[in-house]
Amino acid sequence: MWDYSDKVKDYFFNPKNAGALADANAVGEVGAIACGDALKLMLKVEPDSETILDARFQTFGCGSAIASSSALTELVIGKTLTQALEMTNQDIADFLGGLPPEKMHCSVMGYEALQAAIADFRGEEWHDDHEEGALLCKCFGVDEGMVERAVRMNKLTTIEQVTAYTKAGGGCLTCFDGLEACLAKVNAAMVAEGALAAQEAYRLGGTTQAVVKQKAREARGFVKAPAEPKPVAAASPMISLDAIAPVPAAAPAAPGGGMTMLRKIRLVEETIAEMRPYLRQDGGDCELVDVDGSTVSVKLSGACVGCQMASVTVSGIQDRLAAKLGQPFRVVPV
Amino acid sequence: MTPVYLDNNATTRVDPAVVEAMLPFFTEQFGNASSIHAFGAAVGGAIRTARRELQALLGAEHDHEIVFTAGGTESDSTAIFSALEALPDRDEIVTSKVEHPAILAVCDHLEKTGRAKIHRIGVDRSGRLDLDAYRAALSPRVALVTLMWANNETGTIFPVEGLAELAKEVGALFHTDAVQAVGKVPIDLKSSVIDMLSLSGHKLHGPKGIGALYVRRGTRFKPLIRGGHQERGRRAGTENAPAIVGLGKAAALAAAHMADENTRVKALRDRLEAGIVQRIPNCFVNGDRHDRLPNTCNVAFEFVEGEAILLHLNRAGIAASSGSACTSGSLEPSHVLRAMDIPFTAAHGSIRFSFSRENGEADVDRVLDVMPDILDRLRALSPFWNGAGESAAAFRPVYA
Repeated sequence: MWDYSDKVKDYFFNPKNAGALADANAVGEVGAIACGDALKLMLKVEPDSETILDARFQTFGCGSAIASSSALTELVIGKTLTQALEMTNQDIADFLGGLPPEKMHCSVMGYEALQAAIADFRGEEWHDDHEEGALLCKCFGVDEGMVERAVRMNKLTTIEQVTAYTKAGGGCLTCFDGLEACLAKVNAAMVAEGALAAQEAYRLGGTTQAVVKQKAREARGFVKAPAEPKPVAAASPMISLDAIAPVPAAAPAAPGGGMTMLRKIRLVEETIAEMRPYLRQDGGDCELVDVDGSTVSVKLSGACVGCQMASVTVSGIQDRLAAKLGQPFRVVPV
Repeated sequence: MTPVYLDNNATTRVDPAVVEAMLPFFTEQFGNASSIHAFGAAVGGAIRTARRELQALLGAEHDHEIVFTAGGTESDSTAIFSALEALPDRDEIVTSKVEHPAILAVCDHLEKTGRAKIHRIGVDRSGRLDLDAYRAALSPRVALVTLMWANNETGTIFPVEGLAELAKEVGALFHTDAVQAVGKVPIDLKSSVIDMLSLSGHKLHGPKGIGALYVRRGTRFKPLIRGGHQERGRRAGTENAPAIVGLGKAAALAAAHMADENTRVKALRDRLEAGIVQRIPNCFVNGDRHDRLPNTCNVAFEFVEGEAILLHLNRAGIAASSGSACTSGSLEPSHVLRAMDIPFTAAHGSIRFSFSRENGEADVDRVLDVMPDILDRLRALSPFWNGAGESAAAFRPVYA
């Protein structure tokens, strides 16, 4: 059984505002029985002030789905539609004293229903939102728009988080490529907007379908999770490489705004050479293998190989290259 | 309020007589069964007794056909890996879509690593094996057929004795995961051609962490765990003597209560089932109504979600389980119910009540008392329920 907060349990066992609202003038219906979650949110909105006078819900779902729906109604009553539109799914989860990570999609469903109800009041087609993006996950009927919103609002940076918040990818996982592309795209946009640190952003190839499947199977208890590898001290300083070795100013661009391949390779080599003492100090090493466009292939060796912090090391090199060369690079260990 | 425990397919309470039998083997009877001195000999004798008790429950011809393991999962893995190693010229496995993860996960792994081709045979709406598909999958390439004796979720029984005979025709080994069946239905292995059978102690009022694999005499066998010479070299490691003694005692008790399980316990199950179907609209029984474990009752409640039902039951002091996605941490409902093609409207709201010899009439009464109200409350919240016993046609959510 899930570890629900007392407030979740209270809102499940004693749901507020449950049932049909006869004189509702804004109705949002989201979810599907196939997914195991569905919500009908009914609002009574005062037309002039656009204030939500009353709200009721009907939910098909688990304990947290029912509690989230009930909490949503409590939260929106008294708000104007403009104020309600500013709410996020996190507000619902926070109101309940938190939800288990795997149940965050219940709060997202509430958020979606609210959007749908407000669109209904304003005579807009909620369908339109969904038609903006392709249907990504056929198993759970989750489209690109929903994934984008969940990623943006909750600063999601892994495929597992996307699944926890939207259910997308929780079934056959044939949508993996689409999910990954969507996550990477939205994260990149968030980085550009300053809403997410570059090193936190998900990058294409940041994980594999097999890894996600394995984790899902572990979560379901089908297989045991492999024992955590012992942390290798060598890699941990990589997080703070910037603090150890000052980053030189970005290299001047070649005439014409570009950079010759020879100069690019030299700069990459220089960057790795600057970092090498710190890697060797911890028993590891890194050498350049190839530069292809903006992709830099490197070979990790020594303590860096098999280290659970290797991805952090690679990210560190990546960030450092970007800072030194003045353009984004993708560093791929080979 | 006395708790009502109806989740015996998950695990059973250890019988006090089993605990009593085990206790000396934690204290004065501490010897290593492999030792030659008196301390060891006494423990060795107790293990022999336990082996014979298990032999009797399974109707095995020889007591040395019993190999003690750490539980059902280890027994299953041992059977599968042993078959592939013992028959190196064969590389296919036949199983079903409704097996326990202890089988499915191993098969998935073997398929992924290219070590075996897996045939997963489907089932019908009652959970009965597709016999045509089974026959079609059998060939001289098949090293092992592994099919469960009884399904843990629905209780549906596979006719394993007959299925084993078909497997023999192509020279394959036959294993059955009988974790749910042992102690609940009569088993007579000496009259069958079943090569291997898995069982687990905690499903029959024995301790957790102990199980056994039956290996018919003459079956080609390769151990999974190698090391010492324990269990005739078929399962290395110092014997878990207290647990083995407990399993032996549990087996003896199960044999003694077999008739009760198939009469009184079955009657309790049937009364609960009939009472639920009579009192609650839009629900139906999952599984084979005719060939099913006597203790298992799996009911699908339409238009509500299983975890929500379980939370209410738990508050009423009743323990059951669900094939619902939200209980398991998975996002999809039970693979068994999906394989049976149970519609989503019902699969999400399926509840399993599993009895044991410790249950009584009062337990059934309690469940029947609370279930109608729980369903009323949850259906009143459900947008799919229109009160008339049918899905609310007007509810057409955006993602549907």
